[in-house]
Amino acid sequence: MIPFLQNLVDAVSLGSIYALVALGIGLLFGILRLINFAHGDFITVGAYALIVPSADVTARLLIGGWPWPVMIPTICLIVIVAALLTDALVFRPLRRASPPSLMIASFAVSYIIQNGVLMAYGARPKAVDLWSGANSQILIGELRVPMLQLVTLVVTLMLMGGLTLFLKKTPYGIQMRAAAEDFRMAQYLGVRGNLVIGLAFAISGVLAGVVSLLTTTQSGSLSHTMGVPLALFAFVAVVVGGMGSLVGAVVGGFTIGLIVTMLQAYLPPDLRAFRDAFAFAFVILVLLVRPSGLVPARSAIERV
Amino acid sequence: MRLLARHQTPLLLILLLGLIATVSLVGGDAVQVTLTEMFIRVVVVVGLSVFIGNSGIISFGQVGFMCIGAYAAAWATAEPSFKQIMLQGLPVVLQENQLPFWAAILGAILLPAVVSFGLGLAIMRLSGTAASIATFAFLIIVNSVYANWDSVTAGVSSIVGIPTVVGPWTAYAFAGLAILAAYGFQVSRFGLMLRASRDDEVAASASAVKVVRMRLVAFVLSAAITGMGGGLYAQFLGILTVDPFYLSLSFITIAMLVVGGQASLTGAVTGVVAVTAVVEVLRLLERGIALGGTILALPAGSQEIGLGLVMALILIFRPNGLSRGRELVLPSGRPAPAAPAGLSPRPEAAS
Repeated sequence: MIPFLQNLVDAVSLGSIYALVALGIGLLFGILRLINFAHGDFITVGAYALIVPSADVTARLLIGGWPWPVMIPTICLIVIVAALLTDALVFRPLRRASPPSLMIASFAVSYIIQNGVLMAYGARPKAVDLWSGANSQILIGELRVPMLQLVTLVVTLMLMGGLTLFLKKTPYGIQMRAAAEDFRMAQYLGVRGNLVIGLAFAISGVLAGVVSLLTTTQSGSLSHTMGVPLALFAFVAVVVGGMGSLVGAVVGGFTIGLIVTMLQAYLPPDLRAFRDAFAFAFVILVLLVRPSGLVPARSAIERV
Repeated sequence: MRLLARHQTPLLLILLLGLIATVSLVGGDAVQVTLTEMFIRVVVVVGLSVFIGNSGIISFGQVGFMCIGAYAAAWATAEPSFKQIMLQGLPVVLQENQLPFWAAILGAILLPAVVSFGLGLAIMRLSGTAASIATFAFLIIVNSVYANWDSVTAGVSSIVGIPTVVGPWTAYAFAGLAILAAYGFQVSRFGLMLRASRDDEVAASASAVKVVRMRLVAFVLSAAITGMGGGLYAQFLGILTVDPFYLSLSFITIAMLVVGGQASLTGAVTGVVAVTAVVEVLRLLERGIALGGTILALPAGSQEIGLGLVMALILIFRPNGLSRGRELVLPSGRPAPAAPAGLSPRPEAAS
């Protein structure tokens, strides 16, 4: 029982990371119909902002060395700026483009960011020690829970709660929900499109910034493609959860986290290398059974 | 003659590529390699356009079929002595014999076609975006399986001893074949019905177009052509690993299609030629140009960033690509079959 619970804790913590990434992607999809491949690279940008820009092998902390009440907002701010810049430079001129074109454009943005980071920081992964206390373990009954997993979970719940409050209670949040429901109609009723889209980019930037801190603390290393696997799993989470539904994104994120962790734990050892293949095959299966996801969004139903 | 005028597009494209191929007669080894690679990419991107161009659904998974095709070819023609040691999971017939080139290409066409049929049966029912993500999942599955199935793919180490029989002219011939096949599909009933469903899915299915079935046909044909490209690639390099068949190649091939204009065959071909030209120029600049004693060079990585920028700029300023979704015709000829409008913004069905 204890090993299973231990795996469950791992699953929840991994799932909450995926859920945060999926929220960032799902938010933009809801409003813009944009599948944002570059979201993973926002995470990379946040992580690399921690260190001094150089191509040296050993990384020296810059912002990462600041006290955390200053560091966290600074990193988030940097990622927000990056996100807003991509919106202004690439996605704003493409407002009227079709979803596939937007997706390809975000693919291009992702490629540019990745290679930009590669150019500035060099190709080798860099070791970073952000918070050495992260792996100290806390005993809950017989369970050993690493500090970081606990922090991840708490942060995720706080962010989700905050986002929910923002979307339900504040005027801007309500405008965003209206825009996600029916963008053109919302515009007719006085919602300013670019403001709402900018907000969505900013919020996805905050989410990406936080995820970059969490993953960097956990893995202790940086690489220019570090955001890619996160984004890939999060896309799949968004689709599995139901495109256009934020609850769906969260549910999808936790589902994927659960699947990946459990496959890792319970697949026979010689099949373990194929973990990702199984996980993604499962995803295709879910899509076949429920093509519109686990939590279908109302606005995603095609009306003629 | 009339028939020729009506179907002049593929012939013109093949002629044009032929002109480019003649450069190989004078160029050195580097030119030969660049040209061969370009023609193989023409095969792959034309294969991509059969599905993406006609159905309007972006597939990231076609590179996965290229991978399957490349390995199929390698299984057929790699050195038997190597296969018996490294690839013991293969059927004995394959292990002990070195099959001829045509058999390798046939395998590289058939195996991806079979796989794509199975996959397509499942995912063609999904809506556009979900189908795109599912093809993504497929690419990851292929990558994960081929990177870890040691007894058949040699895992992360590479398959060596594949005869390098593909040069610029062979690749050119196959590029021509791919163009003809893609064109044949495009002007067939199936192609027409599929493009109708791309432009307006609801109207098409109301007019008795079996959208899912048409998509499946295109998906399989596309996988077969892309797989053929993979087979050529294996027989060109002579050494094979899984790494090249992943996101980066997926991006580059889709970039080529978008730059050229995904709605037409002409677009697919011009895209490959244009992007290859841009990449070559950037590569040259990265190596540096001597300018009166000092060497001016762009930093490494400019090639990739340049490609990304070109693609973003094309999407913004010329959304239908260099070809604007039209087909290449001689100016005096009869107007070619009206070109489809491409992935122009469809009236938002959801709103």
